[in-house]
Amino acid sequence: MASYRSIRDLDWTLIIIVLIICGLGVLEIYSATLNTDYKSAWWKHVLFTAVGVGMMMIVAQIDYHSLLGRVPAMYFISIALLVVTFIVGPRLLGGRRWIPIAGMTIQVSEFVKIVLILLVARYLTELKADELEARDLVKLAVLTGIPFILVNRQPDLGTSLTYLPIVGGCVFLAGLRWQHVVAVALVAVVLLPAAWFVLEPYQKARLTTFLDPDGDPKGRGYQVIQSKIAVGNGGIWGRGVTRGSQTQLRFLPVSLTDFLFAAFAEEHGFVGVVVALGLYFLLILQIIQTAQMAPDRAGLYVCMGVGSLLLFHVFVNVGMLVGRVPVVGIPLPLMSSGGSSLLSVFLMLGLVQSVRLRRFVN
Amino acid sequence: MNLFPQSRPSSFSDRPLLTDDTKVIAAKLTFFHYAALAIFIFLISGFWELQVVKESIYAEAAERNRIKSRPILAPRGKILDRDGRVIVDNHSSFSLLLSRENLKEDHLKNIAEGLNLDLTELTQRLARYKKRPRYEPIIIKDELTPGDISFVEAHRNQDTFPEMELIHTQRRLYPRDGLAAHVIGYVGEISEPELDQPEFIKYKQGDVIGKDGIEKQYNEMLMGTDGQRRVLVDNMGNERQVLENKEAKPGQPLQLTLDLDLQAVAELSMEGRRGAVVALDPRSGEVLAMVSRPAFDPNAFAGRIPTKLWNTIIQDPDKPLLNRAVQAQLAPGSTFKPIMALAGLETGAISEGFSASCSGVANWYGRPFKCHQKGGHGHVELHRALAQSCDVYFYALGNKMGIDTIAQYAELVGLGQKTGVDIPHEASGLVPSTKWKMRAYRQKWFAGETISVSIGQGALIVTPIQLASAIGGMATGGVWQKPHLVRRRGTEAPARRAELNLDNVNQVVYGMYGVVNEGGTGVRARLAGVEVCGKTGTAQLASNDYLKSSAGKDLKDTAWFVGFANKSPEIIVVAMFEAGEHGNLAAPIVRDVIKAYFDKKTRMTPPEPAKTLAQAMFSRELLR
Repeated sequence: MASYRSIRDLDWTLIIIVLIICGLGVLEIYSATLNTDYKSAWWKHVLFTAVGVGMMMIVAQIDYHSLLGRVPAMYFISIALLVVTFIVGPRLLGGRRWIPIAGMTIQVSEFVKIVLILLVARYLTELKADELEARDLVKLAVLTGIPFILVNRQPDLGTSLTYLPIVGGCVFLAGLRWQHVVAVALVAVVLLPAAWFVLEPYQKARLTTFLDPDGDPKGRGYQVIQSKIAVGNGGIWGRGVTRGSQTQLRFLPVSLTDFLFAAFAEEHGFVGVVVALGLYFLLILQIIQTAQMAPDRAGLYVCMGVGSLLLFHVFVNVGMLVGRVPVVGIPLPLMSSGGSSLLSVFLMLGLVQSVRLRRFVN
Repeated sequence: MNLFPQSRPSSFSDRPLLTDDTKVIAAKLTFFHYAALAIFIFLISGFWELQVVKESIYAEAAERNRIKSRPILAPRGKILDRDGRVIVDNHSSFSLLLSRENLKEDHLKNIAEGLNLDLTELTQRLARYKKRPRYEPIIIKDELTPGDISFVEAHRNQDTFPEMELIHTQRRLYPRDGLAAHVIGYVGEISEPELDQPEFIKYKQGDVIGKDGIEKQYNEMLMGTDGQRRVLVDNMGNERQVLENKEAKPGQPLQLTLDLDLQAVAELSMEGRRGAVVALDPRSGEVLAMVSRPAFDPNAFAGRIPTKLWNTIIQDPDKPLLNRAVQAQLAPGSTFKPIMALAGLETGAISEGFSASCSGVANWYGRPFKCHQKGGHGHVELHRALAQSCDVYFYALGNKMGIDTIAQYAELVGLGQKTGVDIPHEASGLVPSTKWKMRAYRQKWFAGETISVSIGQGALIVTPIQLASAIGGMATGGVWQKPHLVRRRGTEAPARRAELNLDNVNQVVYGMYGVVNEGGTGVRARLAGVEVCGKTGTAQLASNDYLKSSAGKDLKDTAWFVGFANKSPEIIVVAMFEAGEHGNLAAPIVRDVIKAYFDKKTRMTPPEPAKTLAQAMFSRELLR
């Protein structure tokens, strides 16, 4: 088998797209953190990108089937680490989301995504049926529900929500009965008001803010307003690198992570936005294309799990900046500063590459 | 639960996808394509809206975000007296600016509490600014006390109430005890109804403008232009760079014709009374003193007056805000007699031998008209009639001339019309005539009414400044200079002139000299070394049919005294106070003001130095 697995067969288009996106990220992080305490963040991003590309290459060499075989172990380790995060995690920015290891902090919930992708892929593959039964759905809901709740209670609504498109996308591919879709929709309608009582105050505030950003200028709505101002201020051609007033004068909140793309939009304008989003679109298409080439259902689910997740990330993060999606704190893949997020995306892309390398099935 | 069946990884790849299955999957993947496309179009349309369609709106918002403008308030011009002494000054103080951009409603309560403000008033105030752009901060409290300032300093950080900001201002400092309060007026924040009027078009919400008196009349000169400071700030509100620093243009100082020395004397003499004093230089029309009592403290109005205090002031039955010097319209009583006398002489009604026999009462048109002297004056001619203020003489004179002749001369000297003094709200008084009565009451004039008007009663009403101007102009020989508080530069308003027979004028003046110096009713105005001429007036409110209904409660007579010095006058003073019993009680006030005038004059102009020793030796001083 090793004979047809050469470097040449890797998805080089995808790698180039990813590197350009990372490059834009580095540029914007550099610009947004100029003259701040985070001014070395761009360098970290370069470093993590390099490490990430290396890890992607390594993962690509591993047969994804052997990874699927180790899902139970990985799943239980993930749950254990999430529980550990709960216990030892330092309280930062209002939540326990990180585990400190060797001078670095690791956001376990980011890596749990990969485990969930593999879990869903394996679970759905083993069902060997064209349509899912209700009990299959319930089992899957339980399996993904445990990490979902653990992350949600950190509290980290954003990351926990990113687990849903993985399941949703793959289940859709596996085959749903329309009755189930209706049932889930009905449950959602009933549960949404109920969820209102479960949501943390800050989460409720985000939802109400989404509905009326002007209601609370210096609070959550402030972020949306400032983000929209920054984006709008970019105009068609942008203000230029390091010239975005809202970015440079720090009106834009958390401008190197969740709101980085607003800073990008201010400095590079509508043209820059179309180019960047176009790159993301190409990236998604490339992943779907790999899914089409997948030698088996497992490969298909792995690719589309990754694809759905990235699409969701882009949709929520960028939609939030222009006020079309509630403020949910999730990073923009590959661009936002943050090692865990960046590495987990590279690992996922490694999985996609692994599927691609094994596309020639006799 | 058998969630993870024990199967080998290789078993997955062993199972090829079914052909029909592949078609379904391919369709579903195509769906993913379109879903992704839809999402990206949705996102890009969001950017299209913000960055292309509404770019200007957000660019402006970004400008506002980073550029804060803070007004630099222009100090108003000082108000000086004729010698350049400061009457109204400014003093440095701090005001509290409230930024409305990041204002949180729930902070208001705490801010109001911390600064001792009324919460409802504060919210109303904010509501009034709804129409103004949000980036414009508003002043919510002036004259911050040290306690207020420390409250602001302690709470204006990011975590508590960052919407508060201190601003340095120049507040008005008015004289204490209401000195010249009515002349000066006061300043206040422009009101909502004022903002709707065209004359206030150039002012904006929150501007402090002159509300009354000189402050209002000369607001434009005094006000100056506010400056502006525009700074680049970061999101913490720290100034990064000063973009513009337009200094405020202070208002111009304004010199009044008022003499603080005379003003002070007049103010003191009116202490505790309800009335007015006006002192004019009839040669120029300059107002040397103008007092109205009771007064108010303009300092209380100097900025944003609390509603409660305002209400107590405007509901005070003594009406302290009324400038009685120009607004009080009262019957002049006997102070009208010099004008009657002039009319009589000019028309020839007082010819050689015109006299009256006063028995203390006279019957006219079937009704008895009393003289103030119960026993009567006996035989009286003009000079004694003026000096002793014989009513019976003037009844006869008035009857002889008729109301329209009286009205003609009253109007000639300036009654029944505004003098045009440069202060707001001047009243015009009223000179009754047949025409007036027909117009106002659709009734014929009754000859009996003429008898009342002859002694300054009836429908005749004047303001103190009118009377001062009228008598002063007459005594100068028929030249009525427009009274004014601020010297007009260059364009002096032309005086009103009338061809009067100077002999007639002198006869009237001589009569008024008799009032003071020949044992007349005004002896209390007598001054050594100065020829004071004058006339008392004791005006009944009760006899005045036209005022009876409105006055009602307090029907005690009004005391008037009009006096000037010298015979060719350089100062004329009118003193009036309500419920004053008799005009001779007003005479000392006039005397004191005139005395102060001449005392000052001798102080100011030292005797001319002798040119030579011989002259000095033979000068009057040495011979004495």
